Amino acid sequence: MSVPLEHDYIGDSSMEKTGDVSIITPQQKSTTKFASSLSMNLKATELRLGLPGSESPERDDGSSAELCIGLPSSKSSVSRPKRGFSVAIHGGSGNWVFSPGAGGPDNNFSSPRNNPAAANSEQAPKDGGLPPQSSPATEKKKAQAAGSGAGPASKAQVVGWPPIRSFRKNTMASHPTPKNSDVVEGGDHNPNSGGSASSTSACLYVKVSMDGAPYLRKVDLKTYGGYKDLSLALENMFSCFTIGQCGSHGVAGRDGVSESRLVDILHGSEYVLTYEDKDGDWMLVGDVPWKMFIDSCRRLRIMKSSEAIGLAPRAFEKCKSSN
Amino acid sequence: MNYFPDEVLEHIFDFVGSHKDRNSVSQVCKLWYRIESYSRQKVFVGNCYAIGPERVAERFSGLKSITLKGKPHFADFNLVPPDWGGFVYPWIEAFARSRVGLEELRLKRMVVSDESLELLSRSFPNFKSLVLVSCEGFTTDGLAAVAAYCRQLKELDLQENDVEDHRGHWLSCFPESSTSLVSLNFACLKGDINLPALERLVARSPNLKSLRLSRAVPLDVLQRILIRAPQLLDLGVGSYLHDPDSENYNKLVTAIQKCKSVRSLSGFLDVAPHCLSAFHIICPNLTSLNLSYAPGIYDNELIKLLRHCHKLQRLWILDCIGDKGLEVVASTCKDLEELRVFPSDPYVGQAAVTEEGLVAISRGCQKLNSILYFCQQMTNAALITVAKNCPNFVRFRLCILDPTKPDAVTQQPLDEGFGAIVQACKDLKRLSLSGLLTDQVFLYIGMYAEQLEMLSIAFAGDSDKGMQYVLKGCKKLRKLEIRDSPFGNAALLMDVAKYETMRSLWMSSCEVTLGGCKALAKRMPGLNVEIINENDQMEFVGGCDDDRQKVEKMYLYRTLAGQRRDAPEFVWTL
Repeated sequence: MSVPLEHDYIGDSSMEKTGDVSIITPQQKSTTKFASSLSMNLKATELRLGLPGSESPERDDGSSAELCIGLPSSKSSVSRPKRGFSVAIHGGSGNWVFSPGAGGPDNNFSSPRNNPAAANSEQAPKDGGLPPQSSPATEKKKAQAAGSGAGPASKAQVVGWPPIRSFRKNTMASHPTPKNSDVVEGGDHNPNSGGSASSTSACLYVKVSMDGAPYLRKVDLKTYGGYKDLSLALENMFSCFTIGQCGSHGVAGRDGVSESRLVDILHGSEYVLTYEDKDGDWMLVGDVPWKMFIDSCRRLRIMKSSEAIGLAPRAFEKCKSSN
Repeated sequence: MNYFPDEVLEHIFDFVGSHKDRNSVSQVCKLWYRIESYSRQKVFVGNCYAIGPERVAERFSGLKSITLKGKPHFADFNLVPPDWGGFVYPWIEAFARSRVGLEELRLKRMVVSDESLELLSRSFPNFKSLVLVSCEGFTTDGLAAVAAYCRQLKELDLQENDVEDHRGHWLSCFPESSTSLVSLNFACLKGDINLPALERLVARSPNLKSLRLSRAVPLDVLQRILIRAPQLLDLGVGSYLHDPDSENYNKLVTAIQKCKSVRSLSGFLDVAPHCLSAFHIICPNLTSLNLSYAPGIYDNELIKLLRHCHKLQRLWILDCIGDKGLEVVASTCKDLEELRVFPSDPYVGQAAVTEEGLVAISRGCQKLNSILYFCQQMTNAALITVAKNCPNFVRFRLCILDPTKPDAVTQQPLDEGFGAIVQACKDLKRLSLSGLLTDQVFLYIGMYAEQLEMLSIAFAGDSDKGMQYVLKGCKKLRKLEIRDSPFGNAALLMDVAKYETMRSLWMSSCEVTLGGCKALAKRMPGLNVEIINENDQMEFVGGCDDDRQKVEKMYLYRTLAGQRRDAPEFVWTL
């Protein structure tokens, strides 16, 4: 049976360590052998589900809610890779919050007896006494009373509570109730024309994919005034996937407003934004007037610039010419 | 005993349907055991690790249908790590080798790989029915194999599975000659679907009775499908977004009017709610309605829809229905037997229904016997009223979103309320508790819940006594799952023999220690006592430290198969 390497979805640092560990197959397991093999090796593996550890200096509270999945980055973490996409979107802040087991240092349910790094275990501060007082819950409620749009407020939720199947949780998270959601504003009451033929509609949803991201998003092109708005929104949506890549480029690029700013930002992080038009061709975003663009855009794709060879040269030219 | 030819016995046993009864029949004598074993066609294995597939195949030589359950129930809520186990492949492989004439496979919470689906599709020429509930590990490629090679496939039912979607070509893998489909449910798939292939498939399946579509199927395709399949009994609508003035919508209205047989409706995953009136015409015939994935339907549109559903027996809904909406249900759906109210926004931690909605339902729906209710708050008075109004509960599952919330009015624990439920409902088989609860509630459960088979406990109780009351009192208990409750070794070890009368016990974040678990394992070799040790929480050093090491997650179950060989590294079988 293989070592559960999926736990190392975070990336490199943990992966390297497994090379030091002798993999213990179930056949080797027996009560007599446990003591020697496991006590030596389990520490060395440092396979951790959950957050890198509250000792880790990168985990500042200000952004405790911004936990990202996917690309290696110091801020990324994941609970269960296969069921790990239970991410809630709160308000329009674009901050991503991990719910089940998401608590980090703010997790009110962390049990004293467990390694704080093991933030994914369901915890309750129990010492055989009464069940956890209502204070953690009230604290949680206060955080919510501050408004579900208060992005950075961590959700301090208990793993596995409420007891809803992860499938349902994931489905509801990606398609929230119209009442609560900013992203799906107006969408559910109007015809969806993301690709379908019947679109004499008040909104225009198109899919946005990003190379390397585990899932796609949908945006309503009609809610944006122009390329600038679109690029801001996409940046918010996909920031956690590029944060490891941007380095200094992404932030530094925010120096002005232009139609090719999107290309600048994403080019700085080795991505270009492209779209598929009515004819099925992949085009670089930013060439045509906005109105023409939204009339012909069927879907968006944030492509790695290495793949956009045919398009990239024009991107360079456009950058130079408009700056 | 009088002599009966075997064939006569066999014929008599044909009338014995339930697994429990057949199990009892097989215990009477060796002859009955033998005959029952070779004549049993449907086998139910509640825990796939309780017995090995070879043994099952050997005993039940006439096996045609098998139901297998894998992971513990709490795996549904992410409490069990992904690689814990529950693989179906060994079963399919063993059955293929033993030349079992498998026709039906029903799996719940199991890991199903594409390889196992491919092996399944090639090994059993009479295979007819595949039902996967809350499973994972497969992709649409596996489905393609099933579609392509199961020539006699009647049923492909995917419920709430985690499927990796490689886009929609699997539907086109149904051969043109395949016309046997009776039931197709792919609502849980997230990717695009080959729509023309779907339409053609429906067109050539005259026996199709149940069809549940995914989000990828838009209105115009739905309309064409309904025209082709007016005989449908069960319909799951995928996407229901359209312009109410469009020609498509009008065509849909016409198509729906022809579907006079539809008794069960679900889906509406993407919906334009003000156009739901197209479905009002079939609502009076509905016995089952599942809108629990339709957050877009709420307020007036929802009420309007429900007011037409007089014959409803089963309703799954989101809590945005509100207490007021539940009152409408109570006055409209007099035949209601099962109600499930799910939270529409589980992350925010606010539910839109309270004890009032539940009381209203109990007043209006006298036939209610099964409920799953996620709510904001509860009171003892409400529960007592509900118990009085509805003494017929077989399944009662209450989930207050704040897990330790007391009575919202009196601030007392909810012991009395749940006590009233177990006392009044003599047939109660399944119970899930929540809210502030002391040992008292378990005293009541032990005293009154004589038929109880499954009990779920979370954040409840004060001491070992709580669990002891349950173990002592509930003679028919089969599954006990406990999390975050202060039960320790004294409770665990009180009656170790009891666990062999049960399917399984789950305890997580309780007070049991490694020493206690080891002691249990030693005394009961017929049990697998598994410790799930994630994140290096424990060191297996042995010695007296064991009693200070609390076990984070323990899962034990009776088994004839011994220690399982596919356990991952972090699972220790003691």
